[in-house]
Amino acid sequence: MKFNAFSNLAALMASAVLMFAVPAHAADDSLTAVMAKKSIALGVASDFPPYGYMGPDFKLTGVDVATAQLIADKLGVKAEFVPVSTPNRIPYLQTKKIDLIVSALGKNAEREKVIDFTVAYAPFFQAVFGPKALNIKSFGDLAGKTIAVTRGTIQDDVLQQVAPPTLKIMRFEDDATTVAAFISQQTQLLATGAAVAAAAVQKNPQVQAEYKLLLKDSPNFIGVRKGESALLSKVNDILRVAKADGTLEQYSQKFLGRGTGVLPD
Amino acid sequence: MIEFNFAVVLAQWPMLMRGLGLTMVLTAASAVLGAMLGTACAWARLHGGMVLKRVVGLYVELVRNTPFIIQLFFIFFGLPSIGVRLSVELACVLAMVLNLGAYACEIVRAGLQATPRGQLEAAMSLALTPWQIFSRVVLPPALARIWPALVSQIIIVMLGSAVCGQISAEELSQAANLISSRTFRSFESYIVVTLAYLVLAVALRQLLNWFGPRFIFVSR
Repeated sequence: MKFNAFSNLAALMASAVLMFAVPAHAADDSLTAVMAKKSIALGVASDFPPYGYMGPDFKLTGVDVATAQLIADKLGVKAEFVPVSTPNRIPYLQTKKIDLIVSALGKNAEREKVIDFTVAYAPFFQAVFGPKALNIKSFGDLAGKTIAVTRGTIQDDVLQQVAPPTLKIMRFEDDATTVAAFISQQTQLLATGAAVAAAAVQKNPQVQAEYKLLLKDSPNFIGVRKGESALLSKVNDILRVAKADGTLEQYSQKFLGRGTGVLPD
Repeated sequence: MIEFNFAVVLAQWPMLMRGLGLTMVLTAASAVLGAMLGTACAWARLHGGMVLKRVVGLYVELVRNTPFIIQLFFIFFGLPSIGVRLSVELACVLAMVLNLGAYACEIVRAGLQATPRGQLEAAMSLALTPWQIFSRVVLPPALARIWPALVSQIIIVMLGSAVCGQISAEELSQAANLISSRTFRSFESYIVVTLAYLVLAVALRQLLNWFGPRFIFVSR
Protein backbone atom coordinates (compact mmCIF):
# COMPACT_ATOMS: atom_id res chain seq x y z
CA MET A 1 0.00 0.00 0.00
CA LYS A 2 2.67 2.44 1.05
CA PHE A 3 4.73 1.76 -2.03
CA ASN A 4 1.67 2.13 -4.17
CA ALA A 5 0.92 5.54 -2.72
CA PHE A 6 4.44 6.69 -3.34
CA SER A 7 4.65 5.39 -6.88
CA ASN A 8 1.35 7.10 -7.62
CA LEU A 9 2.83 10.28 -6.24
CA ALA A 10 5.90 9.87 -8.39
CA ALA A 11 3.70 9.43 -11.44
CA LEU A 12 1.76 12.54 -10.50
CA MET A 13 4.97 14.52 -10.14
CA ALA A 14 6.20 13.25 -13.48
CA SER A 15 3.01 14.25 -15.24
CA ALA A 16 3.11 17.64 -13.53
CA VAL A 17 6.61 18.09 -14.89
CA LEU A 18 5.40 17.24 -18.39
CA MET A 19 2.45 19.59 -18.07
CA PHE A 20 4.68 22.48 -17.13
CA ALA A 21 7.17 21.70 -19.84
CA VAL A 22 7.63 24.90 -21.80
CA PRO A 23 10.51 25.98 -24.00
CA ALA A 24 13.31 27.27 -21.77
CA HIS A 25 14.17 30.06 -24.16
CA ALA A 26 10.94 31.74 -25.09
CA ALA A 27 10.47 32.34 -28.78
CA ASP A 28 10.63 36.03 -29.63
CA ASP A 29 6.89 36.22 -30.36
CA SER A 30 5.27 38.19 -27.52
CA LEU A 31 4.93 41.38 -29.57
CA THR A 32 3.19 39.49 -32.37
CA ALA A 33 0.92 37.75 -29.87
CA VAL A 34 0.05 41.04 -28.15
CA MET A 35 -0.76 42.75 -31.46
CA ALA A 36 -2.84 39.75 -32.59
CA LYS A 37 -5.05 39.61 -29.49
CA LYS A 38 -5.06 43.43 -29.22
CA SER A 39 -4.36 43.43 -25.50
CA ILE A 40 -1.29 43.37 -23.30
CA ALA A 41 -1.09 41.89 -19.79
CA LEU A 42 0.73 44.33 -17.51
CA GLY A 43 1.83 43.30 -14.04
CA VAL A 44 1.36 46.28 -11.70
CA ALA A 45 1.31 46.65 -7.93
CA SER A 46 -2.07 47.46 -6.40
CA ASP A 47 -0.87 48.24 -2.85
CA PHE A 48 2.23 50.30 -3.43
CA PRO A 49 1.47 54.04 -3.42
CA PRO A 50 2.48 56.21 -5.15
CA TYR A 51 3.73 53.73 -7.78
CA GLY A 52 0.79 51.40 -8.25
CA TYR A 53 -2.26 51.54 -6.00
CA MET A 54 -6.02 51.57 -5.84
CA GLY A 55 -7.27 55.16 -5.97
CA PRO A 56 -10.30 56.42 -4.00
CA ASP A 57 -12.41 55.65 -7.06
CA PHE A 58 -11.27 51.97 -6.97
CA LYS A 59 -9.27 52.41 -10.15
CA LEU A 60 -5.59 51.54 -10.32
CA THR A 61 -3.39 54.59 -10.49
CA GLY A 62 0.19 55.74 -9.85
CA VAL A 63 3.39 56.30 -11.83
CA ASP A 64 3.61 52.64 -12.85
CA VAL A 65 -0.01 52.41 -13.92
CA ALA A 66 0.21 55.64 -15.94
CA THR A 67 3.39 54.41 -17.65
CA ALA A 68 1.86 50.99 -18.34
CA GLN A 69 -1.25 52.65 -19.80
CA LEU A 70 0.97 54.84 -21.98
CA ILE A 71 2.71 51.77 -23.40
CA ALA A 72 -0.60 50.05 -24.18
CA ASP A 73 -1.93 53.24 -25.81
CA LYS A 74 1.17 53.69 -27.95
CA LEU A 75 1.03 50.03 -29.02
CA GLY A 76 -2.64 50.62 -29.83
CA VAL A 77 -3.83 47.69 -27.71
CA LYS A 78 -5.99 47.29 -24.61
CA ALA A 79 -4.22 47.45 -21.24
CA GLU A 80 -5.04 44.44 -19.09
CA PHE A 81 -3.78 45.16 -15.56
CA VAL A 82 -2.79 42.16 -13.45
CA PRO A 83 -2.06 42.97 -9.79
CA VAL A 84 1.27 41.42 -8.76
CA SER A 85 3.18 41.33 -5.49
CA THR A 86 6.88 41.95 -5.13
CA PRO A 87 7.79 38.28 -4.67
CA ASN A 88 5.50 36.86 -7.36
CA ARG A 89 6.01 39.31 -10.22
CA ILE A 90 9.06 37.63 -11.78
CA PRO A 91 7.49 34.12 -11.66
CA TYR A 92 4.34 35.65 -13.23
CA LEU A 93 6.43 37.03 -16.09
CA GLN A 94 8.35 33.78 -16.54
CA THR A 95 5.16 31.71 -16.67
CA LYS A 96 3.55 34.13 -19.20
CA LYS A 97 0.77 35.28 -16.87
CA ILE A 98 1.90 38.80 -17.80
CA ASP A 99 3.82 40.31 -20.73
CA LEU A 100 5.56 43.16 -18.85
CA ILE A 101 6.38 43.97 -15.24
CA VAL A 102 5.63 47.63 -14.51
CA SER A 103 5.78 47.57 -10.73
CA ALA A 104 8.64 49.63 -9.28
CA LEU A 105 11.09 46.99 -10.49
CA GLY A 106 14.76 47.71 -9.82
CA LYS A 107 17.63 46.17 -11.75
CA ASN A 108 20.29 43.92 -10.24
CA ALA A 109 22.65 41.22 -11.47
CA GLU A 110 20.55 38.28 -10.20
CA ARG A 111 17.42 39.55 -11.91
CA GLU A 112 19.31 40.26 -15.14
CA LYS A 113 20.12 36.56 -15.35
CA VAL A 114 16.43 35.66 -15.58
CA ILE A 115 14.67 38.59 -17.25
CA ASP A 116 15.49 41.53 -19.54
CA PHE A 117 15.08 45.20 -18.67
CA THR A 118 14.00 48.23 -20.69
CA VAL A 119 15.39 51.73 -20.06
CA ALA A 120 14.44 53.34 -16.72
CA TYR A 121 11.16 55.26 -16.49
CA ALA A 122 10.92 56.58 -12.90
CA PRO A 123 13.18 57.32 -9.93
CA PHE A 124 13.20 55.20 -6.76
CA PHE A 125 15.22 55.71 -3.62
CA GLN A 126 15.45 52.94 -1.07
CA ALA A 127 16.28 53.92 2.45
CA VAL A 128 16.14 52.98 6.11
CA PHE A 129 13.57 54.81 8.24
CA GLY A 130 13.19 54.85 12.00
CA PRO A 131 11.90 56.84 14.96
CA LYS A 132 13.56 60.19 15.73
CA ALA A 133 14.60 58.89 19.16
CA LEU A 134 16.79 56.21 17.62
CA ASN A 135 20.31 57.37 16.75
CA ILE A 136 21.33 55.81 13.43
CA LYS A 137 24.19 57.48 11.57
CA SER A 138 25.86 54.58 9.78
CA PHE A 139 25.20 50.95 8.88
CA GLY A 140 27.22 49.99 11.96
CA ASP A 141 24.54 51.59 14.15
CA LEU A 142 22.06 49.01 12.88
CA ALA A 143 23.69 46.33 15.07
CA GLY A 144 21.23 44.63 17.41
CA LYS A 145 18.19 46.39 15.92
CA THR A 146 15.18 44.88 14.16
CA ILE A 147 14.12 45.97 10.69
CA ALA A 148 11.10 45.22 8.50
CA VAL A 149 11.69 44.60 4.81
CA THR A 150 9.75 43.04 1.95
CA ARG A 151 11.10 39.63 0.98
CA GLY A 152 13.04 39.38 -2.28
CA THR A 153 13.40 43.12 -2.83
CA ILE A 154 16.57 45.05 -3.67
CA GLN A 155 16.56 46.53 -0.17
CA ASP A 156 16.49 42.98 1.29
CA ASP A 157 19.57 42.21 -0.82
CA VAL A 158 21.44 45.40 0.04
CA LEU A 159 20.73 45.05 3.76
CA GLN A 160 22.14 41.56 3.80
CA GLN A 161 25.34 42.82 2.21
CA VAL A 162 25.94 45.99 4.20
CA ALA A 163 24.28 45.52 7.58
CA PRO A 164 26.03 44.01 10.62
CA PRO A 165 25.05 40.36 11.21
CA THR A 166 23.34 41.22 14.51
CA LEU A 167 20.68 43.27 12.67
CA LYS A 168 17.54 41.14 12.79
CA ILE A 169 15.97 41.32 9.34
CA MET A 170 12.25 40.45 9.45
CA ARG A 171 10.87 39.68 6.01
CA PHE A 172 7.25 40.20 5.02
CA GLU A 173 5.34 39.24 1.90
CA ASP A 174 4.34 42.67 0.60
CA ASP A 175 4.99 46.32 1.31
CA ALA A 176 1.67 46.89 3.05
CA THR A 177 2.53 44.22 5.65
CA THR A 178 6.10 45.45 5.97
CA VAL A 179 4.90 48.97 6.70
CA ALA A 180 2.25 47.60 9.12
CA ALA A 181 4.96 45.77 11.09
CA PHE A 182 6.88 49.03 11.50
CA ILE A 183 3.85 51.18 12.28
CA SER A 184 2.66 48.72 14.95
CA GLN A 185 6.23 48.91 16.33
CA GLN A 186 6.87 45.21 15.91
CA THR A 187 10.16 46.33 14.35
CA GLN A 188 12.31 49.32 15.23
CA LEU A 189 13.23 50.21 11.66
CA LEU A 190 11.80 50.07 8.16
CA ALA A 191 13.57 49.59 4.85
CA THR A 192 11.53 50.59 1.81
CA GLY A 193 11.15 53.10 -1.00
CA ALA A 194 11.30 56.75 0.01
CA ALA A 195 7.93 57.61 -1.51
CA VAL A 196 6.25 54.65 0.22
CA ALA A 197 7.72 55.55 3.59
CA ALA A 198 6.77 59.21 3.16
CA ALA A 199 3.12 58.24 2.62
CA ALA A 200 3.16 55.86 5.61
CA VAL A 201 4.82 58.36 7.95
CA GLN A 202 2.43 61.10 6.93
CA LYS A 203 -0.59 58.92 7.76
CA ASN A 204 0.87 57.73 11.08
CA PRO A 205 2.45 60.77 12.74
CA GLN A 206 2.52 58.96 16.11
CA VAL A 207 5.53 56.82 15.10
CA GLN A 208 7.72 59.95 14.71
CA ALA A 209 9.66 58.32 11.91
CA GLU A 210 12.35 59.97 9.82
CA TYR A 211 14.83 59.17 7.08
CA LYS A 212 17.99 57.49 8.42
CA LEU A 213 20.24 55.96 5.75
CA LEU A 214 20.27 55.67 1.96
CA LEU A 215 20.35 52.02 0.86
CA LYS A 216 20.25 52.44 -2.87
CA ASP A 217 19.32 54.85 -5.59
CA SER A 218 17.65 52.33 -7.85
CA PRO A 219 15.40 53.64 -10.60
CA ASN A 220 12.50 51.61 -11.95
CA PHE A 221 12.74 49.57 -15.11
CA ILE A 222 10.17 47.57 -17.01
CA GLY A 223 10.76 43.82 -16.95
CA VAL A 224 10.49 41.82 -20.17
CA ARG A 225 10.72 38.04 -20.58
CA LYS A 226 14.23 36.89 -21.50
CA GLY A 227 14.75 36.84 -25.25
CA GLU A 228 11.70 38.93 -26.21
CA SER A 229 13.80 41.46 -28.11
CA ALA A 230 11.03 42.72 -30.44
CA LEU A 231 8.80 43.70 -27.51
CA LEU A 232 11.80 45.06 -25.60
CA SER A 233 12.91 47.42 -28.36
CA LYS A 234 9.33 48.55 -29.02
CA VAL A 235 8.83 49.46 -25.33
CA ASN A 236 12.24 51.15 -25.26
CA ASP A 237 11.23 53.32 -28.24
CA ILE A 238 8.02 54.35 -26.48
CA LEU A 239 9.85 55.18 -23.22
CA ARG A 240 12.58 57.20 -24.99
CA VAL A 241 9.97 59.29 -26.80
CA ALA A 242 8.07 59.80 -23.51
CA LYS A 243 11.28 60.87 -21.81
CA ALA A 244 12.13 63.32 -24.57
CA ASP A 245 8.69 64.92 -24.75
CA GLY A 246 8.38 65.31 -20.96
CA THR A 247 5.62 62.75 -20.35
CA LEU A 248 7.68 60.79 -17.80
CA GLU A 249 8.71 64.01 -16.06
CA GLN A 250 5.05 64.96 -15.85
CA TYR A 251 4.07 61.59 -14.29
CA SER A 252 6.88 61.87 -11.77
CA GLN A 253 5.83 65.40 -10.78
CA LYS A 254 2.21 64.36 -10.50
CA PHE A 255 2.65 61.23 -8.36
CA LEU A 256 6.02 61.58 -6.64
CA GLY A 257 6.04 65.33 -6.19
CA ARG A 258 9.47 65.71 -7.77
CA GLY A 259 11.18 65.35 -11.13
CA THR A 260 12.64 62.16 -12.54
CA GLY A 261 16.22 63.41 -12.23
CA VAL A 262 18.70 61.67 -14.50
CA LEU A 263 17.40 58.25 -15.51
CA PRO A 264 19.85 55.67 -16.86
CA ASP A 265 19.21 54.73 -20.46
CA MET B 1 11.71 21.57 -22.00
CA ILE B 2 11.93 23.45 -18.77
CA GLU B 3 15.27 22.75 -17.13
CA PHE B 4 15.05 21.64 -13.54
CA ASN B 5 17.83 22.63 -11.24
CA PHE B 6 17.32 21.21 -7.78
CA ALA B 7 21.00 21.65 -6.90
CA VAL B 8 20.70 25.41 -6.32
CA VAL B 9 17.66 24.87 -4.10
CA LEU B 10 19.15 22.00 -2.12
CA ALA B 11 22.37 23.99 -1.71
CA GLN B 12 20.35 26.17 0.67
CA TRP B 13 19.68 23.19 2.94
CA PRO B 14 20.68 24.94 6.18
CA MET B 15 17.83 27.41 5.62
CA LEU B 16 15.43 24.58 4.80
CA MET B 17 16.49 22.68 7.92
CA ARG B 18 16.02 25.75 10.12
CA GLY B 19 12.58 26.26 8.56
CA LEU B 20 11.70 22.61 9.13
CA GLY B 21 12.89 22.91 12.73
CA LEU B 22 10.76 25.97 13.46
CA THR B 23 7.69 24.37 11.85
CA MET B 24 8.20 21.32 14.09
CA VAL B 25 8.68 23.42 17.24
CA LEU B 26 5.60 25.54 16.48
CA THR B 27 3.56 22.40 15.81
CA ALA B 28 4.75 20.57 18.93
CA ALA B 29 4.07 23.51 21.23
CA SER B 30 0.67 24.29 19.79
CA ALA B 31 -0.41 20.62 19.63
CA VAL B 32 0.28 20.04 23.34
CA LEU B 33 -1.12 23.35 24.59
CA GLY B 34 -3.98 23.41 22.08
CA ALA B 35 -5.17 19.89 22.95
CA MET B 36 -5.07 20.76 26.65
CA LEU B 37 -6.96 24.00 26.06
CA GLY B 38 -9.47 22.14 23.92
CA THR B 39 -10.08 19.53 26.60
CA ALA B 40 -10.51 22.19 29.28
CA CYS B 41 -12.95 24.10 27.05
CA ALA B 42 -14.89 20.91 26.30
CA TRP B 43 -15.25 20.29 30.04
CA ALA B 44 -16.33 23.91 30.55
CA ARG B 45 -18.95 23.73 27.80
CA LEU B 46 -20.50 20.63 29.40
CA HIS B 47 -20.02 21.14 33.13
CA GLY B 48 -19.13 24.81 33.63
CA GLY B 49 -21.40 27.49 35.05
CA MET B 50 -23.65 29.58 32.83
CA VAL B 51 -21.12 32.42 32.40
CA LEU B 52 -18.21 30.09 31.68
CA LYS B 53 -20.29 28.20 29.11
CA ARG B 54 -21.15 31.46 27.35
CA VAL B 55 -17.56 32.75 27.35
CA VAL B 56 -16.13 29.49 26.01
CA GLY B 57 -18.94 29.25 23.45
CA LEU B 58 -18.14 32.77 22.23
CA TYR B 59 -14.42 31.95 21.94
CA VAL B 60 -15.11 28.75 20.00
CA GLU B 61 -17.49 30.45 17.57
CA LEU B 62 -15.17 33.43 17.13
CA VAL B 63 -12.18 31.26 16.22
CA ARG B 64 -14.05 28.72 14.12
CA ASN B 65 -15.77 31.39 12.04
CA THR B 66 -12.80 33.60 11.19
CA PRO B 67 -9.75 32.87 8.99
CA PHE B 68 -6.53 31.78 10.71
CA ILE B 69 -4.44 34.43 8.96
CA ILE B 70 -6.72 37.19 10.27
CA GLN B 71 -6.35 35.79 13.80
CA LEU B 72 -2.59 35.78 13.34
CA PHE B 73 -2.54 39.38 12.01
CA PHE B 74 -4.82 40.46 14.84
CA ILE B 75 -2.39 39.08 17.42
CA PHE B 76 0.76 40.35 15.72
CA PHE B 77 -0.32 43.71 14.29
CA GLY B 78 -3.38 44.46 16.40
CA LEU B 79 -2.36 43.72 19.98
CA PRO B 80 0.61 46.17 19.98
CA SER B 81 -1.92 49.02 19.82
CA ILE B 82 -3.04 48.04 23.35
CA GLY B 83 0.54 47.59 24.45
CA VAL B 84 0.89 43.80 24.07
CA ARG B 85 3.91 43.22 21.86
CA LEU B 86 4.71 39.55 21.31
CA SER B 87 7.72 38.16 19.50
CA VAL B 88 7.06 36.56 16.12
CA GLU B 89 7.41 33.00 17.43
CA LEU B 90 5.21 33.66 20.47
CA ALA B 91 2.54 35.29 18.30
CA CYS B 92 2.56 32.23 16.02
CA VAL B 93 2.27 29.76 18.91
CA LEU B 94 -0.50 31.80 20.53
CA ALA B 95 -2.48 31.97 17.28
CA MET B 96 -2.04 28.24 16.65
CA VAL B 97 -2.94 27.28 20.24
CA LEU B 98 -6.08 29.43 20.16
CA ASN B 99 -7.03 28.02 16.78
CA LEU B 100 -6.45 24.37 17.68
CA GLY B 101 -8.06 24.88 21.11
CA ALA B 102 -11.37 25.93 19.57
CA TYR B 103 -11.54 23.05 17.10
CA ALA B 104 -10.27 20.51 19.66
CA CYS B 105 -12.94 21.74 22.08
CA GLU B 106 -15.73 20.65 19.76
CA ILE B 107 -13.99 17.39 18.85
CA VAL B 108 -13.41 16.43 22.49
CA ARG B 109 -16.92 17.53 23.47
CA ALA B 110 -18.36 15.14 20.89
CA GLY B 111 -16.33 12.33 22.48
CA LEU B 112 -17.43 13.26 25.99
CA GLN B 113 -21.08 13.41 25.03
CA ALA B 114 -20.93 9.95 23.49
CA THR B 115 -20.28 8.40 26.92
CA PRO B 116 -22.97 5.74 27.58
CA ARG B 117 -25.39 6.72 30.37
CA GLY B 118 -24.85 3.36 32.13
CA GLN B 119 -21.15 4.03 32.51
CA LEU B 120 -21.85 7.29 34.36
CA GLU B 121 -24.42 5.62 36.58
CA ALA B 122 -21.99 2.82 37.39
CA ALA B 123 -19.32 5.37 38.32
CA MET B 124 -21.74 7.32 40.51
CA SER B 125 -22.89 4.14 42.26
CA LEU B 126 -19.25 3.56 43.22
CA ALA B 127 -19.32 6.96 44.97
CA LEU B 128 -16.56 8.44 42.77
CA THR B 129 -16.20 12.22 42.96
CA PRO B 130 -17.20 14.26 39.87
CA TRP B 131 -13.51 14.90 39.11
CA GLN B 132 -12.69 11.18 39.39
CA ILE B 133 -15.60 10.37 37.09
CA PHE B 134 -14.43 12.91 34.52
CA SER B 135 -10.72 12.08 34.58
CA ARG B 136 -10.91 8.27 35.04
CA VAL B 137 -14.22 7.15 33.55
CA VAL B 138 -15.30 9.67 30.92
CA LEU B 139 -12.18 11.27 29.44
CA PRO B 140 -9.95 8.27 28.48
CA PRO B 141 -12.54 6.44 26.35
CA ALA B 142 -13.72 9.79 24.94
CA LEU B 143 -10.18 10.59 23.79
CA ALA B 144 -9.83 7.10 22.35
CA ARG B 145 -13.02 7.67 20.32
CA ILE B 146 -12.03 11.03 18.90
CA TRP B 147 -8.26 10.47 18.61
CA PRO B 148 -8.21 10.13 14.78
CA ALA B 149 -10.20 13.37 14.41
CA LEU B 150 -7.93 15.20 16.85
CA VAL B 151 -4.81 13.95 15.08
CA SER B 152 -6.21 15.22 11.76
CA GLN B 153 -6.92 18.60 13.32
CA ILE B 154 -3.35 18.82 14.66
CA ILE B 155 -2.06 18.08 11.16
CA ILE B 156 -4.32 20.76 9.70
CA VAL B 157 -2.87 23.25 12.19
CA MET B 158 0.67 22.10 11.30
CA LEU B 159 -0.02 22.70 7.60
CA GLY B 160 -1.73 25.99 8.50
CA SER B 161 1.50 27.16 10.13
CA ALA B 162 2.67 27.87 6.57
CA VAL B 163 0.99 31.28 6.82
CA CYS B 164 3.17 32.20 9.82
CA GLY B 165 5.75 33.21 7.20
CA GLN B 166 3.48 36.19 6.52
CA ILE B 167 4.55 37.75 9.81
CA SER B 168 8.20 36.92 9.07
CA ALA B 169 8.50 33.68 11.07
CA GLU B 170 11.23 31.75 9.30
CA GLU B 171 9.35 28.47 9.11
CA LEU B 172 9.38 25.96 6.26
CA SER B 173 7.25 27.80 3.71
CA GLN B 174 9.01 31.11 4.42
CA ALA B 175 12.30 29.28 3.80
CA ALA B 176 10.94 28.05 0.45
CA ASN B 177 9.73 31.56 -0.42
CA LEU B 178 13.12 33.04 0.45
CA ILE B 179 14.98 30.44 -1.57
CA SER B 180 12.70 30.94 -4.55
CA SER B 181 13.12 34.71 -4.47
CA ARG B 182 16.91 34.37 -4.21
CA THR B 183 17.41 31.67 -6.82
CA PHE B 184 14.35 32.36 -9.03
CA ARG B 185 13.79 28.60 -8.94
CA SER B 186 10.25 28.75 -7.61
CA PHE B 187 8.98 25.47 -9.05
CA GLU B 188 11.90 23.49 -7.61
CA SER B 189 11.62 25.26 -4.23
CA TYR B 190 7.94 24.46 -3.94
CA ILE B 191 8.42 20.82 -5.02
CA VAL B 192 11.02 20.38 -2.28
CA VAL B 193 8.88 22.07 0.35
CA THR B 194 5.74 20.17 -0.71
CA LEU B 195 7.57 16.89 -0.20
CA ALA B 196 8.87 18.12 3.16
CA TYR B 197 5.34 18.93 4.35
CA LEU B 198 4.07 15.60 3.03
CA VAL B 199 6.74 13.64 4.90
CA LEU B 200 6.20 15.73 8.02
CA ALA B 201 2.42 15.16 7.97
CA VAL B 202 2.70 11.40 7.39
CA ALA B 203 5.34 11.09 10.13
CA LEU B 204 3.31 13.17 12.57
CA ARG B 205 0.20 11.07 11.98
CA GLN B 206 2.17 7.84 12.55
CA LEU B 207 3.76 9.27 15.68
CA LEU B 208 0.47 10.40 17.21
CA ASN B 209 -1.32 7.17 16.28
CA TRP B 210 1.46 5.30 18.07
CA PHE B 211 1.67 7.72 21.00
CA GLY B 212 -2.01 8.16 21.79
CA PRO B 213 -3.06 4.62 22.77
CA ARG B 214 0.13 4.12 24.81
CA PHE B 215 0.36 7.36 26.78
CA ILE B 216 -2.76 9.51 26.45
CA PHE B 217 -5.44 6.87 26.90
CA VAL B 218 -4.98 3.16 27.39
CA SER B 219 -7.00 1.25 24.85
CA ARG B 220 -7.94 -2.29 25.69
